[in-house]
Amino acid sequence: MNPSPVIELNGVGVSFGGKAVHRDLSLRVEEGQIVGLLGGSGSGKTTLLREILGLLQPDSGTIRLFGIDLNDPDVDRQRNLRRRLGMLFQQGALFSALSVFDNIAFPLRELRCLDADWIRRLVHLKLAMVGLEPTHGKLMPAELSGGMVKRVALARALALEPELLLLDEPTAGLDPDRSQNFVELVGSLQRELGLTVVMVTHDLNTLAGLATHVAVLADQRIIAFGPKDEVMTVDHPFVTGFFGADRRKLL
Amino acid sequence: MSTSPRLLVEPGRVVLSGCWTLAEMLPQLAALEAKLVACTSHNDWDLSEITRLDSAAAVLLWRTWGARWPDGLVAAELHRQVLKRVAELPQEIAEQARPRLRFPEMVGALLLKAVGNLLGMIALFGQLLLDAAYLVRHPQDVPWKEFTANVYKAGAQALAVTALVGFLIGVTISYLSALQLKSFGADLFIVNILGISIIRELGPVLVAVLVAGRSGSAMTAQIGVMRVTEEIDVLSTMGISRTIRVVLPKIFGLTVAMPLLVLWTSAVAMFGGMLAALLQLDLSFAYFVDNLPRAVPVANLVIGLSKGVVFGFVIAIVACHFGLHVKPNTESLSASTTSAVVTAITTVILFDAIFAVFTRNIGVP
Ligand SMILES: Nc1ncnc2c1ncn2[C@@H]1O[C@H](COP(=O)(O)OP(=O)(O)OP(=O)(O)O)[C@@H](O)[C@H]1O
Ligand SMILES: [Mg+2]
Repeated sequence: MNPSPVIELNGVGVSFGGKAVHRDLSLRVEEGQIVGLLGGSGSGKTTLLREILGLLQPDSGTIRLFGIDLNDPDVDRQRNLRRRLGMLFQQGALFSALSVFDNIAFPLRELRCLDADWIRRLVHLKLAMVGLEPTHGKLMPAELSGGMVKRVALARALALEPELLLLDEPTAGLDPDRSQNFVELVGSLQRELGLTVVMVTHDLNTLAGLATHVAVLADQRIIAFGPKDEVMTVDHPFVTGFFGADRRKLL
Repeated sequence: MSTSPRLLVEPGRVVLSGCWTLAEMLPQLAALEAKLVACTSHNDWDLSEITRLDSAAAVLLWRTWGARWPDGLVAAELHRQVLKRVAELPQEIAEQARPRLRFPEMVGALLLKAVGNLLGMIALFGQLLLDAAYLVRHPQDVPWKEFTANVYKAGAQALAVTALVGFLIGVTISYLSALQLKSFGADLFIVNILGISIIRELGPVLVAVLVAGRSGSAMTAQIGVMRVTEEIDVLSTMGISRTIRVVLPKIFGLTVAMPLLVLWTSAVAMFGGMLAALLQLDLSFAYFVDNLPRAVPVANLVIGLSKGVVFGFVIAIVACHFGLHVKPNTESLSASTTSAVVTAITTVILFDAIFAVFTRNIGVP
């Protein structure tokens, strides 16, 4: 319904203390794509997601989401834009003072439009979607296991039914069964709602099961972007090293 | 393609179309809900023209249908899936009961908490003694670096602010007393008043309040964050005692730094007082300094400095106790830091009163 791409980065450059992390980086993600973002540790994947979220102002270049520039001065438009995004942070980043239930309910309550019963049902729905029990809602973040933190964070990212979902290593720390569930969940959400997903992952199974497109981040820019099978044939040390013998498995 | 959610009531059936998602529903939520409520009696629902259906909308529809499938439902398989997820939820979702405290319970809980804190501090004190005994036997384990760092942070870095506050208080007291004394013709007693009040009482208490707010809160926050981020646990797994490495240097550092700060602040406050006396009463510096030892026996200085030692110890032990009992969340961190500062200042005043009672016959000429 929106002709402009969901994410459009043009010539983005970022450096920390003189050390360039991104240099002239461009990326264009269309609606409905599930993009797997690959790159070595410390290559700037999390930094890229933070730029897309507007948490980090790039030194140069422009970033547009749904055709709206992130530097748009209109406060209302900015806020509505943020509501269309959901982000799963690498470390979970749950509100430590709120219970699991309140963490997921928080963004819903902030809308100030939904009644308590509706919110309660939605929260329990999200909990069930990520495979948690209703009783887990009472726990505090400090009482969760690492994988549970990930799943609660995913449930919170899904709470506002975002159109663009950014996931930073969503399956790291989950057992294979749960990873598979996750792949199915995001896949079915994508089919139902036409979500656009950008996910950082090092897990080949998640990539194989979910991603329609792959973007490779190396040498401070996106060196390859395209459908999975095309990217795998790219001749770059990182790509050949990453897929290596598993190239077949992905195809 | 239509985007906003729409609801049409045709004879005998309800037709929904458009994009039934939270974002699209929000601008017209009240109207939609009202329309849906009016349709509860219908049994034939046509959802086939819906382009998108998210779980928020599914919950809304499910509630409208009274938590059961309508007999004549037409919907795409994709959307049926979404509805099925909602249908599979348990019907009655218990509300999370929040425990309500009644007044007597609240008093009791507060009392128990206070007793718990007292016991905790006594335990920490005991642990400190054990650690000190251990360090006497293993002098190579004494954390000198941390100790000196704490003396520097709590002492040297506080010199400026304590001097400023001390100077201003000295000027104020001297100025106000001078006005009174002048009217009695008792100008010369300014030395006694300033000397006793600043050296014995104000200097130590003033520094204690400043240090409790400055270093006490910093200690609680630091130890608390180390607990939140599990750094304290890392120390334990490395076989490093958290009390020896983290708590002990803080407590001894502040115990050493405080009397020095008291001496410094009292001196600056006396200087401020002398300055005001010079301007107000024409009392020369030389007269003031000559008469100070006669008006204020040296016992007062000893009392002031020992107060500094005790206050420093109390502030640090309270701060460390609260820091060690921070629960791993931000709310508890802020509550503990507040409690630490409030408790430290209250305890300091309490000890000051005890000092006053037990030294009432000492140092007054
Ligand atoms: N706030 C910051 N200040 C300084 N340097 C930073 C900051 N954030 C990231 N960096 C640096 O930027 C580089 C990229 O970091 P980033 O977190 O994006 O890596 P990543 O690709 O997500 O790695 P990983 O796969 O290990 O999570 C790293 O070298 C890091 O040291
Ligand atoms: Mg990262």
